This record gives sequence, structure tokens and C-alpha cells, in this order.
Amino acid sequence: MTTSALPASPHHREPNPMEPHHMDVQHHTPWYEYFGFSLDHKVIGIQYLVTGFFFYLVGGALAGMIRVELVTPLSDFMTRDTYNQVLTLHGTIMIFLWIVPVVNGAFGNYLVPFYVGARDMAFPRLNAVAFWMLPPAGFLLLSSYFIGGAAQAGWTAYPPLSITTPAVGQIIWIVSVLLLGGSSIFGAVNFIATVLKLRRPGLGLFQLPMFCWAMLGTSVLVVLATPVLAGALILLSMDIVAGTGFFNPALGGNAVVYQHLFWFYSHPAVYIMVLPAFGLVSEILPIHARKPLFGYRSMIYSILGIVFLGLIVWAHHMFTSGTPPWMRLFFTIATAIIAVPTGIKFFNWLATLWQGKLALNSALLFCCGFIFNFVFGGITGVALAQVPFDVHVHDTYFVVAHFHYIVFGGTVFVIFAAIYHWFPKASGRLLNEHLGRFHCLLSFLGFNICFFPQHWLGLNGMPRRVAEYDPQFQLINQISSVGALLLAISTLPFLINVVWSLWKGAPAGDNPWRACTAEWLTSSPPPVENWLHEAPLVTEPYDYGSAEDAMPVTTVQGRELWSAGR
Amino acid sequence: MPIPASILTLAAGILLALVSLWVGQNINLMPVAAADDASAVDALFKVLLSIGVGLLLGITAMLVVALIHFRRRDGDHLDGPAVEGNLPLEVFWTAVPAIVILILGVYSYDIYARMGGMADFNHHTSMAPQEVQQASLGHPADPETVIWGGIDHAEGMAFPVEVTAMQFAFIFHYPQQNFTTGELHLPLGQPVELRLKSNDVIHAFWVPEFRLKQDVIPGQPTLLSFTANRQGDYDIICAELCGAYHGGMRSKVVVEDPRNFEEWLVRNTPATVATAPDPSPTA
Amino acid sequence: MTTLSQRPTAHLSDPRQEEQQSQAPAHAHHPDVRLFGLATFLVADGMTFAGFFAAYLTYRAVNPLPVNGEYELELLLPAVNTLVLLASSLTFHRGSKALMASRMAACRGWLLLTAALGVAFMAGQMWEYFHLPFGLTDNLFASTFYALTGFHGLHVTLGAMMIFIVWWQAGREGYFTAENHFGFAAAELYWHFVDGVWVVLFALLYLL
Repeated sequence: MTTSALPASPHHREPNPMEPHHMDVQHHTPWYEYFGFSLDHKVIGIQYLVTGFFFYLVGGALAGMIRVELVTPLSDFMTRDTYNQVLTLHGTIMIFLWIVPVVNGAFGNYLVPFYVGARDMAFPRLNAVAFWMLPPAGFLLLSSYFIGGAAQAGWTAYPPLSITTPAVGQIIWIVSVLLLGGSSIFGAVNFIATVLKLRRPGLGLFQLPMFCWAMLGTSVLVVLATPVLAGALILLSMDIVAGTGFFNPALGGNAVVYQHLFWFYSHPAVYIMVLPAFGLVSEILPIHARKPLFGYRSMIYSILGIVFLGLIVWAHHMFTSGTPPWMRLFFTIATAIIAVPTGIKFFNWLATLWQGKLALNSALLFCCGFIFNFVFGGITGVALAQVPFDVHVHDTYFVVAHFHYIVFGGTVFVIFAAIYHWFPKASGRLLNEHLGRFHCLLSFLGFNICFFPQHWLGLNGMPRRVAEYDPQFQLINQISSVGALLLAISTLPFLINVVWSLWKGAPAGDNPWRACTAEWLTSSPPPVENWLHEAPLVTEPYDYGSAEDAMPVTTVQGRELWSAGR
Repeated sequence: MPIPASILTLAAGILLALVSLWVGQNINLMPVAAADDASAVDALFKVLLSIGVGLLLGITAMLVVALIHFRRRDGDHLDGPAVEGNLPLEVFWTAVPAIVILILGVYSYDIYARMGGMADFNHHTSMAPQEVQQASLGHPADPETVIWGGIDHAEGMAFPVEVTAMQFAFIFHYPQQNFTTGELHLPLGQPVELRLKSNDVIHAFWVPEFRLKQDVIPGQPTLLSFTANRQGDYDIICAELCGAYHGGMRSKVVVEDPRNFEEWLVRNTPATVATAPDPSPTA
Repeated sequence: MTTLSQRPTAHLSDPRQEEQQSQAPAHAHHPDVRLFGLATFLVADGMTFAGFFAAYLTYRAVNPLPVNGEYELELLLPAVNTLVLLASSLTFHRGSKALMASRMAACRGWLLLTAALGVAFMAGQMWEYFHLPFGLTDNLFASTFYALTGFHGLHVTLGAMMIFIVWWQAGREGYFTAENHFGFAAAELYWHFVDGVWVVLFALLYLL
């Protein structure tokens, strides 16, 4: 059995966390750099995270407004137009300004250079540009509410509705989403180049931590799918502004073509949101379970399988759109099959936990919450892939419940797990575990109380995106709204925890979790170029519990390895 | 003497299977079924529910057992065993879901085909005969009259109703009787064929009790055929965001026995065209 | 290093990279991957076109145009234009060859010729636009035609501007060398991409 201590490598100076001045002053990032055009991938990662979290609060407030409206069956809290604007903004913000930028931009930027043993991303300037496209796009989107009203055709912006609703809001929405899509593509180009081309000498692709593979797969999806959405939105804006009729049946166009183009991006977008989350879970679980990641290779192959299948399942969003029968058959099968690689990942995680030495801390508990919620959402997802059933529940609250189980119960829970896990690295201080576990419990209860009952609503006849509904659904809607309130409250212990811990949290030391991966083999917070000395070579990122050798962490100084190789 | 783990696992597995089967059979989450194929959809849902409950309970149980049984004790700084994989196990949990999924796919395809979802609409138009003639003379078919998709198994035998969706109402036109209403009446136990078209944006025609939904897309008429088999009033709900009053876009379908239905038809038919309805134009 | 003997998993890569890394331990000197990045971005750009093409083909397949809505496109000018664009790819390639041989004057000449061919292509496009029997909003085919050719024209314009910049830079002593010429290579890769897209576009829009 291995011991806890990190081996002191003779060539790698281990700063002592107990020393008061263990951080080199010159390597400390000044506060104002977080507000500027920094090229440091760690600064950019934190910029993404904080910006994303701001928009999470905005999107959450919008969700709160929706739940308040739905407390009563009548449309009495806001006007119907406003309601549609709110739900459009809620969806757009949560997807494009919170989850996608945070799981990709924040954690991808912070971690990938560490994992490949690089000092920064392949294109630091492009990276900063990609980030700085985010705030203008976000504020532009929010501002549309005040200039003539925001878009009100839903985040899907289906024409002809999006052509007939007020044009200003819709155009601003399109410009904003194009900017965010562009930012996403720039980020993806950067990730692909970093993972494939910037690996430290001696580090093979099949020695990378799983998160790198997840980011590689995600970035491939972004590069292949996002431009198609951009194309669709350009055509849609021409329909709105120039009077063309691509998607306008009144002018001879075809509204369903937009749906195909839209979902060609927006279904993979689900994987763009969850694949990085999968990667993060694969990093967090082995560390807190003190076991290697189970089935490393099968994890990689399932990522590749998800990427490939994710590109050919889009029309399952259109089973009721009058698509040709062969298409429904094909997309049913493809969609159902995608459950297989996804299932492999979950079984592997369970096997990673099994017989481990689980530290029941916030990061691990949030991951377990994620596993439960995502399995739930995955099961309803397989059900939705069955056309006869989908015909009944398509565009109902069943679908609303399903995708919130995937993107909220799944991805957002992972974001919180990741924050609890990497906060010590980024700040040098630990988050409070009591508050963290309380946050986890409250989120889990709030989330499930909010979204579990919505399955029943959908099955029994409540369509989505409605401000008014049949009075028989009132009680269940009220329960759901109580859950939403709990969810909103659950953010408070988290915010208090972050603020308090930044200021007074217990010093974390360099490697509080006794982890193997490269970001923990440097100081907390890390110096500007990640390691004061050479980048460590981590060829076995999950090397926990190796019984036979005394070194739990396979870190070899690069130069020694090279000389050994010769 | 402790009970061997394999026996415990077996017992847990049997219990899990029984519980999920019981849930699937006895917990009803669906509204009443009022159309012929609705019960087939419900049967599929029961299967899905059983599998889903079994999977969710099984995984949750494993998760909870792991969290309790394998939690790190105070002062324990050792690692777990260095298990990096187990090929037979991985093959097992790849193959089993794949097989289950394929069986499910075949099963749901079968139901969908029976419902009429795989019908071929290539030669299916709702045009009047002279228009069809015109079209065959070289003029392109008017896209407004070509059926683009939907669910159809009645093969022209069904009673036709034209449904027009607009912001924010459904309007029903009975072509054989030539009158229009705001409330859909259907005969019990007789196949009907709804021809759906939209005047403005995309709507969706949904009757939860029929387990049927069809998008109504402007420029792309669709078809929905089924047989209602339970008397009563059911809600017709618009299920696609169509504007400010989307939530209020509802109507009613009344399924009544054929005699009452005939009476209702006669009562509503304008006197001038009450004679001899022409044969179904879909034939 | 006990672990080393048990894990012969590390591979030595390009010794040149290794050299760079060991010479500059404090700062990252990684290989120049900008062209790789550009290629990735062009894949994304190509997917935008792919989306447009898919939409166009779907329209052709399922959305019949109104009577008298079909136009016979004039083929001669676009065919000549295609040749012009293909020739420009060739001239850029010759320019690249000249750069490799450090013949800067020849290189600049080829660049100028490439840019001129690009401008000629755009002029041809403009002429065609002004002589077409249909406008942007006439029908679905017309809209798709303008959207596709317009989006491509935007790319050609951008490419021509890049070539002029590269031509100007090539005039500065030692700005581009046979070893170090990212800007040049980027413009060339982009230009070939734009040409390739045009060939597909021409086949779909004019020949199909």
C-alpha cells in the first residue's frame, strides 16, 4: 500500500506550504490582471468561470421568474410577451454564457496546459480574444431586453415565429449567438492544437488525463457543428432583414431546413456541454476514491464514440416535424445506441468508486449527485429516443425535465464539484467542507424537487414554454417552484463559502488531495508559467494504489527521462 | 457464518427485478388512453419504466453502498486497490445495454409502424382530382397540397377533417359536409384522418389522451390518422411555441358514439350541401 | 527512478523540440503550430459552407420552385472564372516555390499575379451579379444563389486583401525567409481553401 506523502523529487523544489512566503512575489498574479487582456491560460480560465457564474446568476434569476409565473395557472406575474422573452433569455444564457463557456473555457483553459505539460495554450492571444468576445455578447443579449424587447422565439428560434416576432430583439440575439459561437470555435481550435501539438516531449496521447480527451472530442464537435449553426443564423438574419425566404414558407421557403441546421449544432451542443463534464468527473473521482480510473482505454473509445454518434442523431428533435419515415428510423437507432458509450462511462465510474477509499467531501458528493441525476436523465433520454413515446411527450415538460437532468443535474453539478476540487489550486486556500456538503445536499434536494415532478406534468398534458396551464397541474407546479426556490437558496452557502474562503480559508498547500496529475505538482496558486522548473512528465495520471512500488506519483523530471531514453 | 457475497448479490438482483417489474406494471403515470394505438404506446412506456426503474435503482444502490461501505475511515491514508480495468466486465456492460437497446428499438419501430408512422406519403396528396390531373400534365405540384409527413394507417378509408392552425386557435373543417367549427367532434371507433395545415407559424396538434402529436408546419401539410376508442371530452393542446398566447392555444375534441356524431354533423351541416357527400378525395 | 524501469511508456519525440525545451527551461518554446490552427479553423469555415450546401440541396430536392421560377444560368463566364481561380492557386504555388528558393522578386511577381487573378474573379462575379435576371428575394433559388456566391465572394475578397498584405510584406528585406514565412503560408493555405470551395460551389450551383 502506498503512502500519502508526495515524493520529494531531488530536482524539483517543493515549496513548503507552511512557510509564510512560499509564493514567489514575482509569480503572483496581480488582481487587475483578471480584468485585462491577460494571456495567461489560468487567468483566462478564471475570467471565464467568474463571467460564466455571473451569467448563471442572471439566468437563474430568469428561471426564478418563470417558476414564479407558473405558481398559478394564469398568466398573471408578467405579460405573455415578457414571459417568452424571459424563457428565451434563460435558455440562451444558461447554454451559451454559462455551461459552454465554463466547462470548456474555464476548466479547459485552466487544466489542459497543465495536463499536456505546457506553459500555456497554443495560441494565448487567440485565447484572450475568445474570452473577450464573451462579455460584449452577453451584455448585448441582456441589453436587448431594454431596447425594444428581447427575442421571444425560444432559444431554438424556430422560423417562421422568429421572423414574425419583433426584429430588433431577434437580430441582437442572432449577433450575440454568432459572437458566442465564434468564441467557442476559437477556443476549440486552441484546444485541438494544444492537445495534439503541444504535448511535452515524452508524453503520449494515451497517457493523457481523460479531461484532455474529453476536450479534444468536444473541440472536434465544436469545429464541425458550430459553423453550421452560424450558417443557419446568417440565413435567418437575411430572412428577417433582407426579406429573403429561406425559412419562410410564405415566401416559398422551408421552415424545417432551419430545424435540421439548428439541431445539427444544438444536439452536439449537449455533448459539448457534457463531454468536458465527463472529463472533469474522470479527474475528480480517482483522486478522492484513491483508485485508478477504471477502464482508461474504454473511456477514450466511448468519448470518440459519443463524438461520432453525437453528430448523427440531431433529427431526434424533429420526430414530430413531418420528417420522412426512414429518417425517424435511422435517428431512433442512432440515438439509442449513443446510450451504450455513455453507459460505459458510468459503469466505469462506479467501478472506480467500488472498493475505493472514498473521501466524502463536496467534490466527490457533487460527482455522485451528478451520476444519479445524469443516469436519470439518460434513462428518460433513451425513452425519448423511442419515436412512439416521443410523439406523446415531445415539447412537453417531460422534455424540460429530461434536459435539465442532463445539463443542470449533470453538468452544473460537475461544475460545482470541479470548483470544490480545484479552488485550492487556483486560490491556495481550501473551501469550507461543511458549507460545501450543505450546498451539495441543498442543491440535490432542490434540483430533484424542482424537476422530478415535471416528468409527470409532461406525461399528463402540460406543454413546455407556456405561461398559463390547466388548473389540474397547479399543485405539482407549486412543488416544482418550491424546489426552484431551494435551488436558488443553495447558491448562498456557496457564495458565502467562496468569499469567506478566499479571505480566511485554510491554506491548501500545493497538493491537498495527494493527486498525481501535473497541476498539483506546482505551487498553489501556480506560477505564471505553471512550474518554476521544467514541466513534470506524468505518464500515469491515475497511478493510485500501486502496491508494488513505493512512489504513488509517477513524476520524473523530464531531462532525466530523456537521458534515460537515450 | 456470513452470507456469501454472491448470494447477497443474487438476492439483490432478484429483488431489484421484482420491484422494477412491479413499478412498471402498477404505477400509472399516463392519462387515460382514448385511441386505438395509445395502449401500445402505454405498453412501450411500461417496458421503458421497468427498465428505467431497475437501472436507476441498481446504480443508486451501488452508489449508496459504495459511499457508505467504502468511505474513508479516519486516519486511513492508504490507497484503494490498483484495479485499472476488467475486460470481461467491460465487455459485459457494453454488450448488455447494446442488446437491450436494439430490442427496444425493434419493439418501438414495430409499434410506430403499426400506428402508421412509416407510411409512404410520396403519392399522397389532398388535392382535388382536377388539380392532380393538372399536376401530372407537367405543372409542379403545389407544395401546399402535398402531404409532407405524419402518421397514416387508414389507407384512405378514414373520415377526413381538415385542421387549420393559426395564432392562436385550431379551426376544424369537415370537407364532406363543408362546415367549419372550433371544436373537433369525432366518431367513436371509426378511423379519422386529420389533414393539418398552418396559416402562420409552426404549431403542434397534441391530444395527450390519444398519445398523438403532430407539428403543423406552414407550407408543409401533414396528416394524422387514428381511431378514437373512448367517449369523452379531451383537450387539444398546441405544443410548439407559437407566440405570446401559445399557452392559451387550446381546443376541445369530443369523441361521441357514431349516432350522436351523425346527429351533430347533420345539425351543423349547411342545408345546401347536406346531400350525398362525395367519396373520400384521398382515395 | 524506480518507476522508470517499470514504465517504458515514454516516447521521445522530435529531437529538435527537445533541444528547444532544454535550452529554455523558463519559457515555453513550442513548435509553431499556427498553420495547424489555421487548418482547423478552415475545417470550421468549410462546415459553414457545408451547411449552406446542404440547405441548397435540400431545397432543390423538396421545395419545387414556382412556375417560371427556374432560370438558366449563363455558364461561360462562371466557367472562365473557375479557371481564373484555379490558375490563381497555381500562381500562388509558384510564388511559394520562388520563396523557397529565396527568389524574392519572382515571388512578389507571382503574388501580384495571384492577387490580380483574384480581383479579376471578383470583377467577373460583379458583372454576373449585374446581369442576372433575378434579384435576391425573387425566389428560393435566387436567394440561395446570392447567399452562397456572396459568402464565397466575401472569402475571396478577404483572401485578396491578405495576398496584397503578404505581397507588401514580401517587399521588406528579410521579412519572409525560406524557413520563416507563416503569414505567407497562411495566406496560401487560405487561398487554396477558397478555391477548393469554389469548385464545389460551381459544381453544385451551375452544373448540377
